Amino acid sequence: MPNELPIIEFESVDKFYGKFHALKNVSISVNPGERMVICGPSGSGKSTLIRCINGLESHNSGKLTVDGVEVFEGSKNIIKLRQEIGMVFQQFNLFPHLTVLENLTIGPIKVRKISKSESEVMARKYLERVHIPEQAEKYPAELSGGQQQRVAIARSLCMESKILLFDEPTSALDPEMINEVLDVMVELAESGMTMVCVTHEMGFARKVADTMVFMDEGKIIEVAPPEKFFSKPDSNRCREFLEQILEH
Amino acid sequence: MKANDSISLKGLPVRRPPVLNRFLSSTPVSVVIYCFIVGAILYSSFTGAQSMGYNWQWYQIPKYIYSYTEDGFQFGELMLGLWKTITLSFSAFLLAMGIGLLVALLRLSGLIIGTKVAICFLEFVRNVPLLVLVYLFYYVLGPVFKYDRYTASILCLAVYHSALISEILRAGINAVAQGQWEAAKSIGMNKTQMYRYIILPQSIRFMLPPMTGEVVHMVKSSAIVSVIAVAELTTLGQNIISDTYMAFEIWFTIAIIYMIVILILSIGASQVEKRYTVTN
Repeated sequence: MPNELPIIEFESVDKFYGKFHALKNVSISVNPGERMVICGPSGSGKSTLIRCINGLESHNSGKLTVDGVEVFEGSKNIIKLRQEIGMVFQQFNLFPHLTVLENLTIGPIKVRKISKSESEVMARKYLERVHIPEQAEKYPAELSGGQQQRVAIARSLCMESKILLFDEPTSALDPEMINEVLDVMVELAESGMTMVCVTHEMGFARKVADTMVFMDEGKIIEVAPPEKFFSKPDSNRCREFLEQILEH
Repeated sequence: MKANDSISLKGLPVRRPPVLNRFLSSTPVSVVIYCFIVGAILYSSFTGAQSMGYNWQWYQIPKYIYSYTEDGFQFGELMLGLWKTITLSFSAFLLAMGIGLLVALLRLSGLIIGTKVAICFLEFVRNVPLLVLVYLFYYVLGPVFKYDRYTASILCLAVYHSALISEILRAGINAVAQGQWEAAKSIGMNKTQMYRYIILPQSIRFMLPPMTGEVVHMVKSSAIVSVIAVAELTTLGQNIISDTYMAFEIWFTIAIIYMIVILILSIGASQVEKRYTVTN
């Protein structure tokens, strides 16, 4: 669908933390249904980039448009826009005082104003989809890390958003739990959801990504489809990075 | 050297404490020492009063607590005073919570003017003695805004305690992990919804222990409004003493009444705390 408008568009975006230049003249766009995987060394600005999309960070200059709405600091539309953007965090960030089911339904009930019974039906459907329907009545602290992260994914799905953002979703997990989360993410990718994912799981990236992005020192160094990205990237920096992480 | 020592001690039974320590910390000896100290205090106050020629009139006290006449059962003056103390503290606490929440939110608002206003208020209240605040609210603001001494005492206690309460609320809100804000934002909640459904319910367990301390503190500091003659427990005690000269008996009684009320409050508070730790 080449003539479709991009759902996320960065145009020369800059972001500073005090004196630190976190994003340098970033321009990139994501089309509806596209799965983009962003990788790069730590401190390269990939988390900052993804957090700008739903306004958790605000950029200092340039233009960022998401779903046809311009995102900027103090924008009144951002609260409405966030309903269309689900986000999964490295540290899960489930609400510890609510059960799994309540974690899933609080958004639909309080924000989308859907009835309680209807949201519970939907919540159970999505729990089924992340393969933990039996955990609905438990509190987050009673679940393993992998299960918690799948609940967090289900919570984003419950908002029925158009875009899903993943900020290093497997980095805080024990190795044997990474796959159960990645499996769920692959299934989501296959269902045609627009996804922007910061991760170092290259196996996952190879399997689902339409576009690979490499960032370093706040700049986008390489944008390529995975076949090209993994076999013959244009930049040396990217090649070095891939050699480092693919060695193991 | 140290490592060697600990290796050579390995497997040996832990050395028993010295004989004198064991003797002093055994239960019967502790009880005897405790009884001796309490007895000495009671005896010396009794003989001291005796040597002053003090005329103990404990039999007079019950009628100030309750009386049973042909009209039926009636609470005595001290109980009416206690009731006033409780209603006064309760209304002042509710008001203090309101002001405290407002100040805490102002301070957390991120608005420069809001933060400045909140800090000025806190510094003013913290650095003025409670007694001076009482005089200020009654003798200065009272005539200006035309309110009575009871209102003055509620306002004064509320303002004084709202400073501490706002700090408790702020600390409780800040104790909630940053990720909770981000998660709440990312599902599209506005500020009110974030506070109401995500942040405040989680901060309650951080606030509860210091807040119960504040309730106790409130009941105790309510005694100070006796200087503007609000008819609460301490004031009524003073009145009875000026009629009867039974200073010793009345002050002992009042101290015990305060102690009972505050013990009940503390026990209730620890029950509430237990419940909260279980559900979390």
